[in-house]
Amino acid sequence: METLVATASEALRNYEEGFGGIAKAAGREPAWLRKLREECFARFHEKSFPTTRDEDWRFTNVAAIARTPFLLARNGHALPARAAIEPYRVAGAACQLVFVDGRFALELSSIGKLPAGVKVGSLAAEIAADPAAIEPHLGRYLNVERDVFCALNTAFIEDGGYVHIAKGVVAEEPICLLFVSLEHEAPAMTHPRNLIVAEENSQATVIEDYVSLGGGAALSNTATELVAGDHAVVSHYMIEREHESAFNISTLRIQQGRGADVASHSLLVGGALVRNNVHPVLAGEGGECLVNGLFMGGGRQHLDNYMLVEHASPRCGSRQFYNGILGGRSHGVFHGRIIVHKDAQKTDAKQTNRNLLLSDSAQIDTKPQLEIYADDVKCTHGATIGQIEENALFYLRSRGIDESSARRLLLLAFASECLDRMKPGPARAHAEGLIRRDLERIAGA
Amino acid sequence: MSLLQIKNLHVQVAGREILKGIDLEMDAGEVHSIMGPNGSGKSTLAQVLARRETYEVTGGEILFQGKDLLAMKAEEAACEGLFLAFQYPVEIPGISNAYFLRSALNAIRKYRGQEEMDAMDFLPKMRESLKLLDMDEALMNRSVNEAFSGGEKKRNEILQMAVLEPKLAILDETDSGLDIDALRIVAQGVNAMRSPERAILVVTHYQRLLNYIVPDRVHVLVDGRIVRSGGPELALELEEKGYTTMETGTRSAISV
Repeated sequence: METLVATASEALRNYEEGFGGIAKAAGREPAWLRKLREECFARFHEKSFPTTRDEDWRFTNVAAIARTPFLLARNGHALPARAAIEPYRVAGAACQLVFVDGRFALELSSIGKLPAGVKVGSLAAEIAADPAAIEPHLGRYLNVERDVFCALNTAFIEDGGYVHIAKGVVAEEPICLLFVSLEHEAPAMTHPRNLIVAEENSQATVIEDYVSLGGGAALSNTATELVAGDHAVVSHYMIEREHESAFNISTLRIQQGRGADVASHSLLVGGALVRNNVHPVLAGEGGECLVNGLFMGGGRQHLDNYMLVEHASPRCGSRQFYNGILGGRSHGVFHGRIIVHKDAQKTDAKQTNRNLLLSDSAQIDTKPQLEIYADDVKCTHGATIGQIEENALFYLRSRGIDESSARRLLLLAFASECLDRMKPGPARAHAEGLIRRDLERIAGA
Repeated sequence: MSLLQIKNLHVQVAGREILKGIDLEMDAGEVHSIMGPNGSGKSTLAQVLARRETYEVTGGEILFQGKDLLAMKAEEAACEGLFLAFQYPVEIPGISNAYFLRSALNAIRKYRGQEEMDAMDFLPKMRESLKLLDMDEALMNRSVNEAFSGGEKKRNEILQMAVLEPKLAILDETDSGLDIDALRIVAQGVNAMRSPERAILVVTHYQRLLNYIVPDRVHVLVDGRIVRSGGPELALELEEKGYTTMETGTRSAISV
């Protein structure tokens, strides 16, 4: 922990040196990407990290990130053995791309036979091979002006997942992107960047799964742009299960076309300080968006969920449901913002945040924020904070179920509200397995 | 040895004495009824027997099959064979009725060193009990008691009793809020459970249920004390004369 004593200026120097190295190494990249990087790094330089005086960060203090002199995770190590990755396989997935410290590791990945029209691989490779396919999307949607972490991610783009589903193609099994952070001597950071493009009338499920092998100070600052073309149907899963001292900042920016139906499911069980940004923009008429999440905190975890749902077209529906289970001295945040733009008439937006506190020292801050500029809309929001229902607990115990099993059963029931919103299939089964396992941690604490 | 022995039981809630020295003995095979007006302590007695910890026992003892019931937790009492049909069954969203019931059965089986039942073995057992209570199997796939009608909730309690096969079943105002048809079905379910190995304690305010479940003994509970005990005819007498005539003390009358 001595490393945390280092000053912010030392940390800043690391970012500058890191960026210098990247800019040099990326000498052969397209001019548009170089320009994007430089603008974003300048933006980071100008704005620096947010403080709790910034309304979007009121409940989450990132000073520990700002003052830690993270170095880009450079893998002098050999890759982990395949056996080390085995526990993180997702049963029933179409493929699993493995990224080690943010870089694609073909040797560890499992890419079976994918349906025609489904392309998955490394973003870096795709930029090199076919930059014209990337340029219309990469960096077009993410708001680097507003969010310095997005600017930082873009400045440091090296690699990440690239998923492309051609027009009309249905990819039935989930596409899994596994991000493995290794342990380093010095605090290490990665900036994985993903691009998911589902063309018109296509269908796909994509899982982003963040895990750690070993401990140590680490920052995963990830960003994903998900483009759902007209009438595309996409399910996205974000799973954060890194070790208990990791920092994880993630942003999922969804761009939805006409009649597109996108579901974002987040499951936060790991990490010390986690910020989960989900930002769908319903840009085409008649789009539907489900923003579903479960965060389960124990110990001193800080799990912050920042939702920004933008209705930019008429007759779109959005539903946000986030459930939090917080034990120990953990701190949860739910910030649910809905913006209904002027032309987005007949918007139907709903938001619900429900929380269970398992201890007196656990804490939740929940904040709805509605900004409505159209006049014919329906927007509802609600939040609840409660504890395990004593009556329910006694009822279960009176039937012979011991107290700790009864508690677990009630927690699982609460978590099931989120599971039930996922389509049955391998991705949901994966999430359910993780939730069941994590309940042992939360209920046992 | 009696199945249940309650000796001089005193219970407080929030510093107020509710039960003021209860004595009661039940043998296996017997059906007893405790009748009493609102606030007499009937439900308190039922809850203490089921080991709800919010009630403070300040005196006396309870032996269940010779064991100290007051030393048991709720789940232990259940595993030892005690069952309470709740006056107000609890809704538990997110847990299916079938899963809940199988979990309960398996918890009890495990406690007794029996093998747990898988879903396939459990199904016929559950169906048999559903039939007994004229219940739709669809109720088993819904969350426990969630959006059940009053009658469905009470039937669900008796269904649990039928599946869990307790040694001692306590029915806490199972008749309240039931129409006469539902009451008959519930009573029929309870009667089917009568056996020489099992005792049933029927807690009720009204005599009507006892037309269908005829008890061996009736006890009248007024103001925390059993003021009279007798045969089934006592219930009819109560129905006629009301609880006031049962008062032995000098306190003002409590009406039915």
